[in-house]
Amino acid sequence: MPIHDQSYRHYAGGRALPGRSWTVIARAGIRGFIRKRTFLGLLIFALAPFIVRAVQLWISSNYPQASILAPTPETFRQFLEQQDFFVFIITVYVGAGLIANDRRANALQIYLSKPLMRTEYIAGKLAVLLTFLLLVTFVPAMLLLLLKGIFDGNFTFLKHNVFLVPAITIGSLIQVTLAAFTMLALSSLSKSARYVGILYVGITFFTTAIYGALYAITGSSRVSWISIGANVSQVVDVVFRLKPRYATPWQVSVLVIVGLVVTSMSILERRVRGVEVVT
Amino acid sequence: MDTAAPAAAAAPVVKLDDVTVIYGKNQALKNVSATFARGAVGLLGPNGAGKSTMLKTLLGFVKPDRGRMSVLDMDVAQAPLAIRARIGYMPESDAHIPGMNAVTFVAYCGQLAGLPAVDAMQRAHEVLYYVGLGEARYRNVETYSTGMKQRIKLAQALVHDPDLLFLDEPTNGMDPKGRDEMLELVRDLGHNKGVSLILSSHLLPDVEYTCDYVVVMDKGQVATQGPIDELKGPAGRVYELRIKGDLPRFLDVLAAAGMETHSTDEDVMRVFVPASVGDHRAIFKAAAQFGAQVRHLRPSVPTLEDVFAKAIGEE
Repeated sequence: MPIHDQSYRHYAGGRALPGRSWTVIARAGIRGFIRKRTFLGLLIFALAPFIVRAVQLWISSNYPQASILAPTPETFRQFLEQQDFFVFIITVYVGAGLIANDRRANALQIYLSKPLMRTEYIAGKLAVLLTFLLLVTFVPAMLLLLLKGIFDGNFTFLKHNVFLVPAITIGSLIQVTLAAFTMLALSSLSKSARYVGILYVGITFFTTAIYGALYAITGSSRVSWISIGANVSQVVDVVFRLKPRYATPWQVSVLVIVGLVVTSMSILERRVRGVEVVT
Repeated sequence: MDTAAPAAAAAPVVKLDDVTVIYGKNQALKNVSATFARGAVGLLGPNGAGKSTMLKTLLGFVKPDRGRMSVLDMDVAQAPLAIRARIGYMPESDAHIPGMNAVTFVAYCGQLAGLPAVDAMQRAHEVLYYVGLGEARYRNVETYSTGMKQRIKLAQALVHDPDLLFLDEPTNGMDPKGRDEMLELVRDLGHNKGVSLILSSHLLPDVEYTCDYVVVMDKGQVATQGPIDELKGPAGRVYELRIKGDLPRFLDVLAAAGMETHSTDEDVMRVFVPASVGDHRAIFKAAAQFGAQVRHLRPSVPTLEDVFAKAIGEE
């Protein structure tokens, strides 16, 4: 009897109910990136501002003469803004290939022949990117808030500024959700991760450059809605109860962000399919 | 006595009722009604006949413009996930999850199909040995040869122990030895392992070797369907015949006696003798009466190629 006759057996074990496959995709994706030393280095580097801020909080709590370093609610807004750079880098590094590589390897038909919906596939991929982005924005910002209380020996600062908890949550979510959705949508448009990365960088810089040029010509920041980054800054400023930095109404910026997310979802809905129909 | 079990065994695994799929202006499937029996069924047809479209429609990748489909007694439109949990799909084109070795890839597919991580890994090792990739299971799939990629596609389709397999051109790009081994695996799955399967192929020998039933597609329509033996074996026999004498007039004599004749490439005729007419003695009798000399007479075994040619209207 050939050996292979002895090796195939029917499976009698348990099976998970449909609806949880996105966690499998997310876990596999996260594990895949964590194994890369370059990426680990990037993650550690992205946490450097957190360490600097933590030292600042410790000094201000322990040395009254260094009161100039004492944090204000704006400190946390500044921290999230500093992390913008790392959000950008991680979005390009992690996000560019998330769907593009699957499209290159025709993996979508493998995924979608299993008991999972397209939304689950997208949710799994989104979870990979969001996890890393929140790891360099929401998580350290909340930790800083916690450290402030620990270093002070009381939570008076938090009690006086309790709005910081939802502000950090919503601010970081706006920051990472827009980045994750737009990158994932771009990734679904191509089979080349490199091309997707270039496209994302191009769109980000191009919109900012156009705004810069218009600002130089008109001298007004009313057209800041053209820049993707400016819209995020504008809305997050409002979330942190700060004066918006641009003349564009923040509601317009919210509309632009929502529009971009909806457009990205629409692209994903069209592009993530088990079969590419060319008519 | 339990009468439900034989009834379930006889029930078709896939049913299509008046299914139409349109891509732009092109009708890929035209009012297709077909049933796929339990066991190994070949989906046969030339390129562009609509075989892959049919499989993709059954998987829910393509939404039909008209018609109803059921797989394993579940409606495709209403229970796509429950269906996909019980089927395995081996796509025609190269397909893998990038950046994974074979065992991780297959185990990952098992997990996607709902298996717990430990069970999925164990099954991955088993099916990789089964498809002949045991020694190469720690290699990155991207470094695999074409033949190995075909095998890994079969492994990922099998890992969750499906009740029904959709195999889309499983021998594409394989060398003769690899092709034979793949067909052996398919045949084994369909006949010894109790896995129902639909083998889509344009290669008649592949279908003939591995399947018991066939659905022949042509230009988006079902040309014929049924058990291969029944389709191949009409009530009568086919003979190869060569004579010396006035061939056109002799053909008229045979036709008058109720026999069908078809010319082949050379001067050899294929003569179908219906059971009602008799057997080869009827040919000898006709030749003796006509005065023709029979130079060559040999029983000809009808092949699936004959069925296919007849179904799509070729001589």
